[in-house]
Amino acid sequence: MTLATAARSSARRVPAWLAAALAFGGFVLAWKALVVAAGYPPYILPSPELVGARFVTAWAEGTIAPHALRTLVEIGLGFGIGATLAVVVGYALARLPLAERLLSPYLVAAQAMPILALAPLLALWFGPGITSKVVICALIVFFPVAIATMVGIRAVDRGLLELAASFRATRWQVVRTLEIPAALPSIFGGLRVGVTLAVVGALVGEWVGTDRGLGLLINLARGSLFDIPLLFATLLTIALLGVVLYGLVVLVERTLVGAR
Amino acid sequence: MTAGAALGMPTGRLELRDIAVSFPSPGDERLVALDGIDLTVEPGQVVAVIGPNGSGKSTLLRVVAGLLRPDRGTAALDGVAINEPNPRVGIVFQEPRLLPWRTTSANVAYPLELARTPIETRRARVAGLLRTVGLESVSGLIPSQLSGGMRQRAAVARTLALEPRVLLLDEPFSALDELTRERLNRELLALAADRAATLLVVTHSVQEAIFLADRVIVLSARPGRIVADIAVPLARPRVLGDLDAAVVSETAHEIRRNLGEPGGLGASGEVAA
Repeated sequence: MTLATAARSSARRVPAWLAAALAFGGFVLAWKALVVAAGYPPYILPSPELVGARFVTAWAEGTIAPHALRTLVEIGLGFGIGATLAVVVGYALARLPLAERLLSPYLVAAQAMPILALAPLLALWFGPGITSKVVICALIVFFPVAIATMVGIRAVDRGLLELAASFRATRWQVVRTLEIPAALPSIFGGLRVGVTLAVVGALVGEWVGTDRGLGLLINLARGSLFDIPLLFATLLTIALLGVVLYGLVVLVERTLVGAR
Repeated sequence: MTAGAALGMPTGRLELRDIAVSFPSPGDERLVALDGIDLTVEPGQVVAVIGPNGSGKSTLLRVVAGLLRPDRGTAALDGVAINEPNPRVGIVFQEPRLLPWRTTSANVAYPLELARTPIETRRARVAGLLRTVGLESVSGLIPSQLSGGMRQRAAVARTLALEPRVLLLDEPFSALDELTRERLNRELLALAADRAATLLVVTHSVQEAIFLADRVIVLSARPGRIVADIAVPLARPRVLGDLDAAVVSETAHEIRRNLGEPGGLGASGEVAA
């Protein structure tokens, strides 16, 4: 290794976390500077330390936890159901030409319809409880995962399929030992998009009407409580939830797909 | 198990009768890849198939492997028609076709897994095969960590896992450098001889065909027909030095003449009619 490449690789490797920390610090400082310079009152833009303090007390007092848990359950169920169905349908789209011709117009049309416009209807059908949120989550997760699965399955090397045929693999053995493992990197691409959309789906569902959830907490903080720092603390919670869930998907992907 | 095997007779006799294969083409007419192929390969014989591009060499192997149904004619192994892939016929493709997410040993175990072989049998057989092809030390590595030669060895070991009587090889070492190819060819002959397996090898190298085979089948350009069936007068076991023998250049000359090329290996000045 030459000096130049050594310097470059160490410059790239060591401060990866440091760079992230610096960027975050810069963001907080800019936020603080904006509050001070423009003199915004806390009900328009609270300062970062105020939001930080409120975030801590709201979690400590149990203001956020029950709402976060409800939203997490909605996301978990909706993502799980939506992604599972999407992998099955994505496979069918890839391997059954008739399925693609029959289904794809409806899929695209459903995707083109804003979830925000569908949410009130789904709330009407499935009630104000958790079901309507799970359905909305599942719907919003479905499309990216189904398309990613279809693309991944179609890209499976024909040579490998012929190899499996030469060993008399059954249809199900081909799916299990060849097609799904080969398509995993692509499927996970869809899951990464899907999991962030699932957070959006849960919030949109809660927006239409709910008795619990982070969406409700935002409405309460903005409305009857008029606690804008709490509103920001809730937004921070939502952002963290999205980052953690995305990280989980990446972690599972690393374990399953590995180095290849 | 066939009657021959039960009587302890050598098995692995291939009979191809009047085989024709065609494929759909962009025009109205179908593309005829093979036409009227008649060929009998005796148990334990090594036969090389050589021919120009598009002469249907690979298509012929796919018919024998049961991966492709011919339009006409029959392929049979020890008197039993081949209509689908058969564990007694193993094929090694031009590319290694290893599953990139599996280790070497898991790749070799793949056909045994598909055949639902008990795990103990599977382990023992995979260990033996890895020893045979010299890959024990890399059994835990994945294909991207192996050299081209190692990958193709793994592919050969995988095909041998089901203990086929007939081994079909589709230019298996053509992507490798010449030295590696020569070494693997030698090892392949030893493996086949140990198992008394019948070998059908597609190649585009006259030298390789002569080194490997007891008989060289020359196919014509599309549609592929057998234009010559040439015996190779070399004793076994063979060494690379055999390729310098005078009979070799005569055989090579004859193969080239049937391929429609002028001149043989050492036959400068001679031009085929």
